[in-house]
Amino acid sequence: MALSRLSLRSNNPFLKPTATSLPPSTRRHVSTDTTPITIETAAPFTSHQCDAPSRSVSTSSAEILSFFRDMARMRRMEIAADSLYKAKMIRGFCHLYDGQEALAVGMEAAITRRDAIITSYRDHCTFLGRGGELVDAFSELMGRKRGCSDGKGGSMHFYKKDASFYGGHGIVGAQIPLGCGLAFAQKYSKEENVTFVLYGDGAANQGQLFEALNIAALWDLPAILVCENNHYGMGTATWRSAKSPAYFKRGDYVPGLKVDGMDVLAVKQACKFAKEHALKNGPIILEMDTYRYHGHSMSDPGSTYRTRDEVSGVRQVRDPIERVRKLLLSHDIATEKELKDMEKEVRKEVDDAVAQAKECPTPEASELFTNMYVKDCGVESFGADRKELKVTLP
Amino acid sequence: MASLLGRFCRKLVVPGSAHGARMVSTTSSCGSETVKSLNLYSAINQALHIALETDPRSYVFGEDVGFGGVFRCTTGLAERFGKNRVFNTPLCEQGIVGFGIGLAAMGNRAVVEIQFADYIYPAFDQIVNEAAKFRYRSGNQFNCGGLTIRAPYGAVGHGGHYHSQSPEAFFCHVPGIKVVIPRSPREAKGLLLSSIRDPNPVVFFEPKWLYRQAVEEVPEHDYMIPLSEAEVIREGNDITLVGWGAQLTVMEQACLDAEKEGISCELIDLKTLLPWDKETVEASVKKTGRLLISHEAPVTGGFGAEISATILERCFLKLEAPVSRVCGLDTPFPLVFEPFYMPTKNKILDAIKSTVNY
Repeated sequence: MALSRLSLRSNNPFLKPTATSLPPSTRRHVSTDTTPITIETAAPFTSHQCDAPSRSVSTSSAEILSFFRDMARMRRMEIAADSLYKAKMIRGFCHLYDGQEALAVGMEAAITRRDAIITSYRDHCTFLGRGGELVDAFSELMGRKRGCSDGKGGSMHFYKKDASFYGGHGIVGAQIPLGCGLAFAQKYSKEENVTFVLYGDGAANQGQLFEALNIAALWDLPAILVCENNHYGMGTATWRSAKSPAYFKRGDYVPGLKVDGMDVLAVKQACKFAKEHALKNGPIILEMDTYRYHGHSMSDPGSTYRTRDEVSGVRQVRDPIERVRKLLLSHDIATEKELKDMEKEVRKEVDDAVAQAKECPTPEASELFTNMYVKDCGVESFGADRKELKVTLP
Repeated sequence: MASLLGRFCRKLVVPGSAHGARMVSTTSSCGSETVKSLNLYSAINQALHIALETDPRSYVFGEDVGFGGVFRCTTGLAERFGKNRVFNTPLCEQGIVGFGIGLAAMGNRAVVEIQFADYIYPAFDQIVNEAAKFRYRSGNQFNCGGLTIRAPYGAVGHGGHYHSQSPEAFFCHVPGIKVVIPRSPREAKGLLLSSIRDPNPVVFFEPKWLYRQAVEEVPEHDYMIPLSEAEVIREGNDITLVGWGAQLTVMEQACLDAEKEGISCELIDLKTLLPWDKETVEASVKKTGRLLISHEAPVTGGFGAEISATILERCFLKLEAPVSRVCGLDTPFPLVFEPFYMPTKNKILDAIKSTVNY
């Protein structure tokens, strides 16, 4: 078949598409083509206490193209955030997600906006995946009123209620029991929704994870615990912090799945499988094998505990965006030029959003006292010396 | 609003060192001590080197301490003393402190690092229920006196909710542990060595804002500064100011400004918050008749309340004005609003004036 000969041109060991049912007539109208096609994931899933899902992922040209665009947008946003931080327009702590985009994008493809997501402080791209606007993200980063948390949260505390995105948490692992609580409420309401609780390999050693797992399993909660294993907890590698770095097996009595987190299609398949599983059988752990290019945060150069060769090695061989690009090219869904143009558009989108966000005002000083308690609670709060300044909270 | 993005400026003068104030420290004054200009993290690093050198049964551990730590306080320790004595732990504060208590119960010195004081709460149960009460409930059969918990605390200009907290008040409420907060590199080295060698569990908060900003001449030898002894770092007659840690820098600026207006301020560094040196503060307030306390933590329930109540008991008839507290606001530590939240020099100056003119 003409197509399989074309695909052999890319010698990438990770992309060996087998039988695809892509008709040749779709070559030029790809951006709207939703004919289902099937692609195999590069690596199989490893499972614990359950049957692994099939490697054949049902998708479409339009979807894969949207993956590319969404991931490119996320990547550009993180790079723009890097520059803004260095220019001191973003203060506080800024934890970037570049390298891990496939996770946010693949997950969204498998779920609805009624399913809840809760994550840690590395939340910019998750917010975008939930339908957040670039302008809202940059405004929040720069502490402007337009931001998704009214400028009061900052980088680590993005939220989006209408998309069931429960944020954005600073304390490592604290979001896990919270997420199980969300799942409990969902089960109670019988609306067939699930909660994805994201945490990292560092948080995997927190006691509260195991407390939450036990409760979730005991009560059959529709909670999917996703361990974003980027192999470093701040500066400590997994082999130095975990006796068992097989995080998907750590649930013991809770089933688990190990997934190549840099392959967006594998992520989609795993999340789809996990959602079905959780609604029927209770909690499941997904371990996503991924990598972050930046350090832990903008205050961490990321080079004191790992070599630059390692980082560039991953970038060359496993980069999620490059893999999708090769997939699009080898399946003839788009040309190089079209993809480059798309990246240029995305870049402009991000630049425009940054410019717009820079124009936004900062919140009023009186906002310092709002939303501590419910409105009209009337509690008194004292100023610095407890005499001159007394405020009755709104 | 224009300066919201920054310039929460504090000056770099280290309080006490430039004035000929009475020094209570036990630094050996044999005249030929070599000193070196060091910043806070280097001074703490030196103290840790000395502690590990002088006691072969001492250990330093915590998150990421192996490569030097996020603030470089543990640089060079793993290389010098080996990975069996200086090691990284997984990310579990409760586990780390509990582990430290156990190690100390076997007669070792465990110097535990909690990466930011904001993360100390999972370990709160271990500190309050296990460490503080061990000697008491075992009838002195066991103790974890060798335990020292170090944590960077305090505002840093842009830390936000979870990298700026001052949780000292929670720990001052626990009989059985000690709480120590140094104000400068020289103090930090001496106080840390005292804390590590003190036969009681100590929680040692380091003002992270000063890690690089504060530079001082620090003696190179092994010296200790006694715990539970406050120091009068500036003498005066009209009002007593009490503080600790990085806040003293701000208070000293306020004292200088007040002096221009003819108010003579006495500034005291408490150093140890639990058990605190009531006598020094009492003697000072009996002299001046007025007291002002300042700390970054929120005013309600902050440690200033304890100082105020105690001084009131002891000096009631000598007081010319109510005790003033200039502290953080009763809100979560904010991100963009930090300049409004902080007890700044001007707020302190205002309070000094209104107290003196009461």
